[in-house]
Amino acid sequence: MDLTKDYKIIGMTNSELQTLINSWNFEVEFSEAESQFLNITVKPENLHQLGLQLKSNKETSFDFLFCVTGMDWGTDLGVVYHLESTTHRHQIVVKVKTSDRENPTFDSVCDIWYTAEFHEMEVFDFFGIKFNNHPNLKRLFMPLDWVGYPLRKDYVDEVNMVIK
Amino acid sequence: MNLPLSITKNIHDWLFELMSAPIAAVVEMVLIAVAFLGFFALAGLLLVYMERRIAAFFQLRLGPNRVGPQGLFQTIADALKLVSKELVVIDKADKFLYNLAPYFVIVASLMALSVLPFSQEFHAFDINIGVFFLLAVSSIGVIGILLGGWASNNKYALIGAMRSGLQTISYELSVGLSILTIVLLAGSLQISEIIAVQQKGGWFIIQGHIPAFIAFMIFMIAGTAETNRAPFDLVEAESELGAGFHTEYSGMKFAYFFLAEFINMFIIAAIGTILFFGGWLSPFGITESIPLLGVMWFMLKVLGLVFLMMWFRWTFPRLRVDQLLTLEWKYLLPINLFNIVFMAVIVWLGLTINF
Amino acid sequence: MTTTIETNTFKSEEYFINMGPQHPATHGVLRLLLTIDGEIIKNVEPDLGYIHRSIEKMCERDSYQQIVHLTDRMDYLSSHINNEAVCLTVENALGLEIPERVKVIRTILAELTRLASHQLWWGVMGMDVGALTTYFYGFRDRELINDIFEETCGARLTMNYNIPGGLMFDIHPNFVKRTKDFIAHFKTKLPEYDTLLTGNVIFQKRTQGVGILTKEDAISFGTTGPVARASGFSCDIRKHHPYSAYDRVQFNEAISTVGDTFTRYQMRIQEMWESISIIDQLIDNIPDGDFKVATNAVIKLPKGEFYQKVETARGELGVFIVSDGKKSPYRMKFRSPGFSNLSALKKMAVGSKLGDLVAIMATLDIVVPDIDR
Repeated sequence: MDLTKDYKIIGMTNSELQTLINSWNFEVEFSEAESQFLNITVKPENLHQLGLQLKSNKETSFDFLFCVTGMDWGTDLGVVYHLESTTHRHQIVVKVKTSDRENPTFDSVCDIWYTAEFHEMEVFDFFGIKFNNHPNLKRLFMPLDWVGYPLRKDYVDEVNMVIK
Repeated sequence: MNLPLSITKNIHDWLFELMSAPIAAVVEMVLIAVAFLGFFALAGLLLVYMERRIAAFFQLRLGPNRVGPQGLFQTIADALKLVSKELVVIDKADKFLYNLAPYFVIVASLMALSVLPFSQEFHAFDINIGVFFLLAVSSIGVIGILLGGWASNNKYALIGAMRSGLQTISYELSVGLSILTIVLLAGSLQISEIIAVQQKGGWFIIQGHIPAFIAFMIFMIAGTAETNRAPFDLVEAESELGAGFHTEYSGMKFAYFFLAEFINMFIIAAIGTILFFGGWLSPFGITESIPLLGVMWFMLKVLGLVFLMMWFRWTFPRLRVDQLLTLEWKYLLPINLFNIVFMAVIVWLGLTINF
Repeated sequence: MTTTIETNTFKSEEYFINMGPQHPATHGVLRLLLTIDGEIIKNVEPDLGYIHRSIEKMCERDSYQQIVHLTDRMDYLSSHINNEAVCLTVENALGLEIPERVKVIRTILAELTRLASHQLWWGVMGMDVGALTTYFYGFRDRELINDIFEETCGARLTMNYNIPGGLMFDIHPNFVKRTKDFIAHFKTKLPEYDTLLTGNVIFQKRTQGVGILTKEDAISFGTTGPVARASGFSCDIRKHHPYSAYDRVQFNEAISTVGDTFTRYQMRIQEMWESISIIDQLIDNIPDGDFKVATNAVIKLPKGEFYQKVETARGELGVFIVSDGKKSPYRMKFRSPGFSNLSALKKMAVGSKLGDLVAIMATLDIVVPDIDR
């Protein structure tokens, strides 16, 4: 294997990615405002399908999931996935949202990117977002009997939180 | 020089003059036992001190240097601390075996100590199966380790104890066979006899040249493994098992294990000295007329080998358990068996180097 | 946290061991739930959270200057690089033009941090496989780096030297000379490391062929840093997304394809040589100029999402800030390298021996506060 790398490779531009992903008909929304990446917002039911397509498609091949962030946008709960392709070196952000604050549920992507298993546990721990088909969904950092999800914006803990 | 030639014999005669035979025999045994207990404690503490200074020397530190001159009393202070510490009783441990284990370990090493010759005639227990006795007794110690690991009801201790069991069973073979190689040369199992042969014909490491040297190397490797010291310290591998078999022991019970480890190291070095470096014999017989100096030569040689074992410990990483067994069964044992035949041929053809 | 394992589902030969949270090999308060058959590991389940301080929640009420200080407490061995990550994110978001002097100094200090971290790792690696002496050799040389830091930043471990906009104060007049002295000294010491540990037969037998991670798994588990590069996954942020002064220095990315414990060890040794070379190139060429640009006393980021990654001693540290235009971030996420690297532990360790697990853990170079945050 040749280990000398060309570090200047940039795969597809954002507009090329947008055209390609549009052609898959996943009903996604694109946005490039207020971010350095191309953001795509996908419906929860299409998340797993889109992830599979993003990874397996030769032209995109987003095989490196480098960050999974749980989000509380005030009304919506959601997850932000940062993806990179190790062959083409382009990056993309996938967002998924739900307005169900009682029982938010998405499909797990940990069969596509193994690292998601730990990251989804973290998101569940802090935001209470459940993931279908996750092999071992439990509290990761907080004690098992902890009540509430501390990184939600409406979380109140009068003992442990200092409010300024 | 008019020093008494046989120290033990003089005391023996004096005792039997003083009182009737049965009482004198008992008193004599008690005296010897006290002397050895004293030696056990003192040598153990000094060896711990030596190890700490040597480790510090290897590790760019100073080591203990505050208590007493050059920190000599540091280990005594540590021993006092250990004596005063609470003996933790484990709730779900097998109490009887748990308390018994440390005694097994020290009794085994004390018994082995009793047959060591410190100088000519300065020898508590010179039996005609001396080397065999040493071998037999030194393997009792592992029972203590196994019991301790089992009885303390701790999985880490149990893993440590099991490792110790398989390690001792395997390496016992190599120690035994390498000793047997030398017995071929000496023609006797009695320790005084072995040294007498060396007095006549030179140390066995020179007499037996190549096979004796191979035997010596195998003996040192296997002996280090016998004493559960690095690089064979899987029993107490602190990065894997915490403290291994003595995880649950505290205070003096822990100190027994600790001291026994150092005394075992001393014993292995002493056997090495007796078998390969002529015991208390002085090099080229320079102080042959002063038998008391034999003690010095013996201790010097033993401490030299002890230093070698400490050098191993502070240089090498630890082996893995399967590599430990591979080393013994696939390498040391076949080499050893071949070496015995080699030695037998050399003795048979009279190819030894004799002065 | 505090997971229990259902023991009645075990096969009769298997048993369960609780490795940690207080265990010498877990380097802190990490707990591993091990299922073991004799000495062979059947399952590893990390249990985290024993040092979780909820830094991400604290960030949501702190100002950006304050957040920099929290990052010291994550991966305390690359604290300077962690500080840099937050500062870079804030500076990029504000569109600040950072003086060249600051960039060069940050790079030198980051490489010194990497050297210090790798030396500590080297010492601990030796200790984990049973060679206690390496610990003291590693710390001996690390002390010299800490002295340099102490003189310039006033701290030895949690530096807090970076602020958004530059550096807190200028470098100490002795800095250049001492760094050069250290590099000259360390160039003679690094081969000594090889003699003591790398060349040792027992060490090689203990590490070669142990805990193999394939390239596909390395990418899929999101491993970064030396762990991923040992498996052939080119992921050096300094090369792929250069920041500070990395675009103007010559260095090679340490990379291999074997992916076992010994290769991960070699990667870090190689990285130390590369760090030396980077410092060599920069130390004589620190440009004159300001050591910071003025920022507002209260920094408010524009509305939007900002992501910045840097290469710490352990791998890729990502800082993700979602700002709503106020003085504190709306949401702040740290993508810590140790967290993803640890998730690959199960893949590497299952089927190997208990002693191997310790060696694998040592080459993952885990810092628990970095994982727990």
